[in-house]
Amino acid sequence: MMTSVAARIQNPKDFWTGVIFMTIGGAAVILGREYPFGTAFKMGPGYFPTVLGALLALVGLITSLRGLLRSGTAIGAFAYREMILVLVATVLFGLLLRAAGLIVAVMLLVVVSAYASRYFRWGVAMALGVGMAAFCVLVFVKALGLPIPMFGPWFGQ
Amino acid sequence: MELLANLSIGFDAAFTFINLLYCLIGVTLGTVVGVLPGLGPIATIAILLPVTFTLEPVSSLIMLSGIYYGAQYGGSTTAILINLPGEATSVATTLDGHAMAKQGRAGPALATAAIGSFFAGTVATFLLAAFAPPLAELALKFGPQEYFSLMVLGLVASIVLAHGSLLKAIGMILLGLVLGLIGTDVNSGMQRYTFELPELADGIGFVIVAMGMFGLGEIIRNLENETTRTSVVKGITGLMPTKEDLKRMAAPILRGTALGSILGILPGNGALLGSFTAYSVEKKISKTPERFGKGAIEGVAAPESANNAGAQTSFIPMLTLGIPSSPVMALMIGALIIQGIQPGPTVMTEQPALFWGIIVSMWIGNLFLVILNLPLIGIWVRMVSAPYHLLYPAILVFCGVGVYSINSSTFDVYLMALFGLLGYIFSKLECEPAPMLLGFILGPMMEEYLRRAMILSRGDATTFLTRPISASLLAMSVVAMAIVLLPAIRRTREVAFREDG
Repeated sequence: MMTSVAARIQNPKDFWTGVIFMTIGGAAVILGREYPFGTAFKMGPGYFPTVLGALLALVGLITSLRGLLRSGTAIGAFAYREMILVLVATVLFGLLLRAAGLIVAVMLLVVVSAYASRYFRWGVAMALGVGMAAFCVLVFVKALGLPIPMFGPWFGQ
Repeated sequence: MELLANLSIGFDAAFTFINLLYCLIGVTLGTVVGVLPGLGPIATIAILLPVTFTLEPVSSLIMLSGIYYGAQYGGSTTAILINLPGEATSVATTLDGHAMAKQGRAGPALATAAIGSFFAGTVATFLLAAFAPPLAELALKFGPQEYFSLMVLGLVASIVLAHGSLLKAIGMILLGLVLGLIGTDVNSGMQRYTFELPELADGIGFVIVAMGMFGLGEIIRNLENETTRTSVVKGITGLMPTKEDLKRMAAPILRGTALGSILGILPGNGALLGSFTAYSVEKKISKTPERFGKGAIEGVAAPESANNAGAQTSFIPMLTLGIPSSPVMALMIGALIIQGIQPGPTVMTEQPALFWGIIVSMWIGNLFLVILNLPLIGIWVRMVSAPYHLLYPAILVFCGVGVYSINSSTFDVYLMALFGLLGYIFSKLECEPAPMLLGFILGPMMEEYLRRAMILSRGDATTFLTRPISASLLAMSVVAMAIVLLPAIRRTREVAFREDG
């Protein structure tokens, strides 16, 4: 079943774009049913989102159908390793910022994200991490006075 | 002369030590960003936005606009030196600019770009000063109907100018509009699509979306096939164009400036359109069109003048109407709002020093670009091939700290990561993120104006067509849409954008 559908997709880029549009548009319409719709005269909070969501779903449907009919190139391979490292590094930064403080969070963000590069060297990445942490402390905490702790509660502060 | 009086208010505001300094920082940073691989003005301005909280409104706007046109300048430098347009607006410059560089004439090509940009910048500054007041006056008569129609025109224009598939561009706009509605509805106080998360009650900050899609998404995409850029040009000898060059470039600069200025006012990144149009006009009217693509100096002078003129005049809708014509302008509006200034026609009368200060600072910024950048060209050449694997972790740090500092919220950092993922997926699917960002910013405003207009007209939708200004704006949208749907134009549009890739 799946393979027969997959074989029919002429243009996967269009097809999957349409699927994303339909999903988000459809979700907007379904969730929007909880908000009063109102009338054209007195539009409720549900009016505009429902209309937009429906339009988005419609555009998505057309895009997907076109993806089934018109030929196109395949979607290029996802760079999963790089993608995951960059995103994980960012989330890790968010998790560590308050608990461990700016210095540790920045150093980890740099080293973990730098690991995604094919030119990664431990020494270089560590040095860059230390440098960026020092820069952030000087510029953001000392000079601009942003309320970010240098060291978090993990270090007993 | 009211114009001169206004400009002198601007000079007073811009010619303080601190504002000159921020202007200098802005254009230098902009050039660096334009030259460095993988960092554009949208991400940079988004990153720096939190820093501007502490500045005076004039200073922050001066610095941010400096980044914008500095980046255009840096973008042309990479276009000429390594055949990679730093910004989309310098795509046309690669054709002849890089050809000149390969012939060992990188110096004159860069000088031509600088001279053309400066001339165009000067003219556009005066145009801005001359046309902004009457436009702002007109805008004071705007009701919600006109604002709504104007935004429709802006969105249609950004569809027209988006790369690739029209259908996808329309979808991306709608997606942006929908995402922009997340948060508390201003009319009813009802929370929409917040999933009962208090962090979403105020909606998603557009800086988060911009940094995620243009910062993180771009980094992942660049890491896909990481290569080190190399410049064919190691050193620049002889910047000065010859007498022959100067003679050849004069008329194209004038034509480019005129075209760029007019097209720049159009909503939806008219600067981009200007540089392409200027290039093709030169090629068409040239007696020796065969020289184009092989290092014709006209092919550098015209698009460079056009894109700089357009970059400047694209401030007109933002400053006079409070409507962003591109994501960069949307960020500028964000900067104003952060400073407690509601962008729109009243800025000019209520904040004359700010308004005219920004305009004058653009001219000063262009002057800085010419007198500083040409001597510093050696540094830019070296920066062109800066190792990306050292750059992107630093960019990530700036994104992370920047996004956190806006609301001191780690939730925003996670949201940014989510939009980074979305941005990467969309780039794999060949969907342009810029129209989405524009829709995202305009969404809440559009809803507000639509609702107000409908209340005023008692639910009669024809109100948009019976008011002359609103009707003509909508007519322009229809014409713009119709034009791109015409098969012939559609093909050239696709070809024009393909040269980009």
